[in-house]
Amino acid sequence: MIEIENVTKVYQMGEVQVHALRGVSLRIEPGEWVAIMGPSGSGKSTLMHIIGCLDTPTAGLYRLDGVPVGGMDEAQLADVRNRKIGFVFQTFNLLPRTSALKQVTLPMQYSRNGARVPLDEREGRARTALEMVGLGDRMSHQPTELSGGQQQRVAIARALVNDPIIIMADEPTGNLDSTSGAEVIEIFHRLHRERGITVVMVTHDEEIGAQAERIVRLRDGVIVEEVRR
Amino acid sequence: MTAWMADLWENVRVALDGLVVNKMRALLTMLGVVIGVAAVIALLSIGEGAQASITDQIASVGTNLIFVTPGAANLHGPVQGASGSATTLTYDDALAVADAALVPDARWVAPEYSRNTQVIFGAANINTSVQGVTAEYLEAFELTTARGRFVEQRDVDRRANVAVLGAQAAENLFGGFDPLGQKIRIALPDGDGRVSLTVIGVLEEKGSSLMGSADDNLFVPISTAQTKLFNARNPLGELVVSRINVVAASEGRAEAVQNQVNDLLLRRHGFDAAEDADFSVINQADLLSMANQVTSIMTVFLGAIAGISLLVGGIGIMNIMLVSVTERTREIGIRKAVGARKSDVLMQFLLEAVVLSLIGGVVGILLGVGLAQLVEMTGLIDSLVTWNSVLMSVGFSVAVGLFFGIYPANRAAGLHPIEALRYE
Repeated sequence: MIEIENVTKVYQMGEVQVHALRGVSLRIEPGEWVAIMGPSGSGKSTLMHIIGCLDTPTAGLYRLDGVPVGGMDEAQLADVRNRKIGFVFQTFNLLPRTSALKQVTLPMQYSRNGARVPLDEREGRARTALEMVGLGDRMSHQPTELSGGQQQRVAIARALVNDPIIIMADEPTGNLDSTSGAEVIEIFHRLHRERGITVVMVTHDEEIGAQAERIVRLRDGVIVEEVRR
Repeated sequence: MTAWMADLWENVRVALDGLVVNKMRALLTMLGVVIGVAAVIALLSIGEGAQASITDQIASVGTNLIFVTPGAANLHGPVQGASGSATTLTYDDALAVADAALVPDARWVAPEYSRNTQVIFGAANINTSVQGVTAEYLEAFELTTARGRFVEQRDVDRRANVAVLGAQAAENLFGGFDPLGQKIRIALPDGDGRVSLTVIGVLEEKGSSLMGSADDNLFVPISTAQTKLFNARNPLGELVVSRINVVAASEGRAEAVQNQVNDLLLRRHGFDAAEDADFSVINQADLLSMANQVTSIMTVFLGAIAGISLLVGGIGIMNIMLVSVTERTREIGIRKAVGARKSDVLMQFLLEAVVLSLIGGVVGILLGVGLAQLVEMTGLIDSLVTWNSVLMSVGFSVAVGLFFGIYPANRAAGLHPIEALRYE
């Protein structure tokens, strides 16, 4: 489902060129749970941004769901993110002063054409997603009224609400205590098991990485090890 | 409701949500537009009100009234200098204009010679316009006497020492007393001494018009004014008048009268070309256009001043929107990550600016109308809230929101999602 061939990414930082990815090839099949691991500066975040269509490769080929992403413009990439990808970030990235229900409704605001969700169905879908992560009783709470674990679960509900084929998680437990972290990981397990969602998780936490079916290790912009369990 | 309308409404709601999240800032930003629009509405209303009341006054005199004044026509400059400052219009000219054979379309011809001076009764005195008139004046200006009678031909013939008081002048000089038969004294401006006049009549109250208020004036026979009170002679020793008021037989004949009077006086004064004329013939249409010109300039001027405050309000919006975009960089990143296109972000921030200025505009209109009413209630100036000025302010405030919202919104839309998400 995710096919990456010889992808490179070069950032221009003033006079200096930074080679974040130096030729990465990777295939991820539907329903897989892959952990991308590596020290900071290894290019794992860059790889995740490219897989998540937040960024485009400098060279190389990326096909998502059989469609080449390389030639897409800004609006097409936005639509791909909206329909096929759900993001979960280390810092939760919820909108300030906005209720959990509205946070989860957000992606549906940007669904258009065939994927457009009628206005009167949006709230129902958001409620279902929040119930799925166990926050049925926190719908009207704002981020400041929620614990870190609860905030991350709102973010997961938001990532799920448009029925994506992949969930991209960037250090999802990085800002959580171990109990909340375990709860969040449990939700990923459930989604993966019950709904067959593809999970791509970036982490440098070995324990979290060990939850995945496959671990891809990066160093200095190249894949140095792939471990299948 | 079609899908795109629902989506537009949804976008408006997102914008409203964005504003509600930061109420205080939204209110303060709005304040600039509120004040700007209120100022535009209030000042335009006052301008329009002034214009309407002046137009009304001129129209109420009747459009068949024509004034002949000495001195060259000067329609585009300020209104004529003080009456009597030029002495090119003689009493004989007035008699010629009154000749039905020469000016057949005139119904009334009322020459006058007026000057300001002091009028005294007992301990009371007023400074007012003493107008030397003929009997026709009463008809020409549709005045009526409340008591006694007006100046008549025999008074003019005899140069009688009689006076007719305007309603206000009578009130000021006599208070509650009956002025009829009383002797009032006129201070002579050209020499020492005073002349006594007997009050023979008091006018009904008429109200003010563009040509001044008859209520304040004192009317005497024109011959008395010319010879006994003032020295109304030109260097050739001819008696002069300060104005000839001509009423056309009908409104449709006003232009004919104007031409007849013009030709007659040009001939009498020995001029070939109208440009050389040492007198001017003005009708109501000329006065109307002159007054409209003046009040239009005033309205535009007031509106422009108010427009500046609206502009300042717009700059306030841009300022706050820019701060807002910087502060909400992360939010923009989040929105983009979940699938917002550039155009969605642009739309959101643009709508926020427009909604902000539109709400500000509506509040401003209410405030402006209230202000205009308040001004109206003081009774000093009329005000007139026109749909024009309301629509203009709404349009203007939306335009301000769009114009000053585009730059910040464009900035927000152009942010790269990853950089926006990383922003601390």
